[in-house]
Amino acid sequence: MTKSIANFLKKPFICTCIAVFFGCLVACLILLITGYSPAMSLAVMFNAIFSRPKFIVNIILKSTPIILTGISVAFAFKSGLFNIGSEGQYIFSTVISTIVGIVFDFHPIIQIPLVVFSGVFAGALLGGIVGFLKAKFGIHEVITSIMFNWIALYFCNFIANSQMFHKPESDGTYSINPSGFTLLMYDWKFSDDGVRFFKQNPFWGDIILKTDFNVNFLVAVFASILMWVFVYRTRKGYELRVTGLNPIAAENAGINVNKNIIYTMIIAGALSGLAGSLSITGTSSHNVHVLSTFENNGFNGLSVALIAGSSPIGCIFAGLMFSAFIYAGQTLQFKTGAPSEIVNIMIGVIVFFVALVKIIPIIVNRFLEKRGNA
Amino acid sequence: MEISKKYAVQMRGITKYFGNTKALDSVDLDIEKGEIHAILGENGAGKSTLMNILYGLYSADGGEIYLNGEKVYIKNPNSAIWNGIGMVHQHFMLIEKFSVLQNIVLGNETTDKFGIINMREAKKKVLDIIDKYGMKVDLKKKVKNISVGMQQKVEILKALYRGADILILDEPTAVLVPQEIDELMDVIENLKKDGKTIVIITHKLKEIKKSSQKCTIIRKGKFIECIDVKSESEQSLAEKMVGRKVKLLVDKSKANPGEKVFEIKNLTVKCEKGVERVKNLSLEVHRGEIYGLAGVDGNGQKELLECIISKKYAVSGQILINGKEIQNTSVRNVLNNKVSVIHEDRHKDGAILDMSVADNAILEKYREYPFNQRGFLIYEERDKFTKKLIKEYDIRPVDCEYTKIRNLSGGNQQKLIIGREIANDPELLIAVQPTRGLDVGAIEYVHKTLINLRDKGKAILLISLELDEILSVSDKIGVIYDGSIIGELDQEEADENNVGLLMAGGNKND
Repeated sequence: MTKSIANFLKKPFICTCIAVFFGCLVACLILLITGYSPAMSLAVMFNAIFSRPKFIVNIILKSTPIILTGISVAFAFKSGLFNIGSEGQYIFSTVISTIVGIVFDFHPIIQIPLVVFSGVFAGALLGGIVGFLKAKFGIHEVITSIMFNWIALYFCNFIANSQMFHKPESDGTYSINPSGFTLLMYDWKFSDDGVRFFKQNPFWGDIILKTDFNVNFLVAVFASILMWVFVYRTRKGYELRVTGLNPIAAENAGINVNKNIIYTMIIAGALSGLAGSLSITGTSSHNVHVLSTFENNGFNGLSVALIAGSSPIGCIFAGLMFSAFIYAGQTLQFKTGAPSEIVNIMIGVIVFFVALVKIIPIIVNRFLEKRGNA
Repeated sequence: MEISKKYAVQMRGITKYFGNTKALDSVDLDIEKGEIHAILGENGAGKSTLMNILYGLYSADGGEIYLNGEKVYIKNPNSAIWNGIGMVHQHFMLIEKFSVLQNIVLGNETTDKFGIINMREAKKKVLDIIDKYGMKVDLKKKVKNISVGMQQKVEILKALYRGADILILDEPTAVLVPQEIDELMDVIENLKKDGKTIVIITHKLKEIKKSSQKCTIIRKGKFIECIDVKSESEQSLAEKMVGRKVKLLVDKSKANPGEKVFEIKNLTVKCEKGVERVKNLSLEVHRGEIYGLAGVDGNGQKELLECIISKKYAVSGQILINGKEIQNTSVRNVLNNKVSVIHEDRHKDGAILDMSVADNAILEKYREYPFNQRGFLIYEERDKFTKKLIKEYDIRPVDCEYTKIRNLSGGNQQKLIIGREIANDPELLIAVQPTRGLDVGAIEYVHKTLINLRDKGKAILLISLELDEILSVSDKIGVIYDGSIIGELDQEEADENNVGLLMAGGNKND
């Protein structure tokens, strides 16, 4: 009996749930100390996530970029690299996608791939440079990545303020041409037919009309499945995992470690780039604007990858959860006046406990040992 | 045995867990004052763990320790030192950039009332100890400039300086050449005469016979027995250590060397710092022959190996396999030319510890058909191959293909690696310290496998720091010293003395 409970507790999924539980507990404690009712706050957050179909759809839409940056970080991590540059790759990709989306205006069949892949290429380029510097000169990827994050940020501000792309009386650029949008039913939902339909079906109106209903989430799910297959089922994925776990043994087995570092960073950069370009094509206002600080689409990917235990599939669920918390946090502030930072603390605590719950199997083993049935 | 003042150390019922495993199971130990006591056991038997508990590095999960008949609680190394216990670890804990004297004094400096170190007084005290036990050590030299044997003496001095009456030596001879071992034995003898109690942790039977009076045998974390060394033969000691009958001598027929397979011609290799570590080295290995490369650690073996497998490029010279040059290419190219390597440190160089046994089995074959088909790994083929290796090389447990290789014992890990390398059907097999950290049973197996491979007409280059291994397995012995081969001997003419002398840099004809 105790043994089956122990094996249950050892499951990574259960460990994560325990971490989430503790995260909520600590958040409640802080709410209590700062004078807000935890029960009411949790109720508000619950409602903010589940009470309307629009909310759920929004959470799914908002999860897309962090799922993709999460996969990017998780993949690099599998190969022994720490892609903290996901943020910069994301920003750089949004800028390049925006430029391409404004300058060109082809038929959507050409335009959408063009905009998306220009962003993917931009991310891959940044990642590739970081990988190259590491492979060739041994410069640690974390250092160069952080530098590139700032380069990307200021490049974004430069473009957003440049004469060519700046939209007057705004803090950003023009939007990309609608031919590059990846929204679903974009034309139809504002047509007479569409408006009439949504009047009769408010449920669908809530989901499709009032959100940036798009295909991006499906792309993210597809990407994570693809990455899972790549990492665990292909020859190259095996090679990268070997390199990540033991580069010395990998080299002794005839694997070109330096080449793999560059490959890994290119792929990781491309995934972050995909996150960036999809958020330009899929969510309003389809442009970039001046950034005073990072928007954390890449950095949140780090947390997602950590919560997911570096599993590409796990990133889907971790990203959804993360997105739900952020969304609920905004509502919490709006409804009760409690600072939305509470949610940030909560997420922080969850990540902390995710790292911490790795000791649960150890504690369980100890316990069993004392009982003498290990 | 009752607790008595007659004994310097008595341990009762010591139990220690590491995670799930019981490393020590109620072990008793009695060491009389002024004796040299050996702790004998295979690798992983728990002898180092037991001594680390005595020295306060680990805390026991159960049991009691008595010193001179009084119960003590040793919480940490400091309280062990305070109780007069000193320990010299297998891996020395010295600061390379400090002088010998500074290293000895470190952590126990004599200071005046302003906190200024009084080196003169410290030096006097150290010199007294040196004189008393006849140790030749130059106090002014920096530790990085003295030999390993000398460093060991510094470690012993460090312990004595702190007033140790009980000295624990963990595998003291593992890093020494035979001549240095003799010197060490003299020092130990002097310490004993002065009334010090000495504990030697070892798995080398010869040294126990030579030095110790009493011997405690530990097997799989359990106390087996405490015996008088004089009344036992090496064979019976070995059997008690392993728990079954063993063959100490390697069984093999005379070699029947064929044509030349592998040749190194005037090879010179530099290390990262630009120092020549391999100097104008030449050797050749023939089909059906085991070439043993003996030498003290750090004489260029590492650089030689790295250059052979093209991890490092040669400055000059040639490496030929079946007449084809392979130097300064790539590791992949060398492997493709049918050179296989059993690396020295299987954890670091040879295995991916957090991957399954099956994933480790295909580490060098994953690109080839049938494991790789159109870019995808075919797991059924991998598992089939792994099962074959497990069966052929008797890897245990038998259903281990999906367990992480980390969870296998050292011997079974090594069996998998050897099996994997032999499955490459190599022309030349390079085995570097293939029995490092293995127990007697596994060593026997590894040696037998190498000799079988030789009899099948393969060429084998054995690089080892264990002189016994070189002498018993090789057909031809070369000694590497300071980057060059300074002598080659046939197995019949080689013995511990002449090879040992060459290892220390002496002339063959001295």
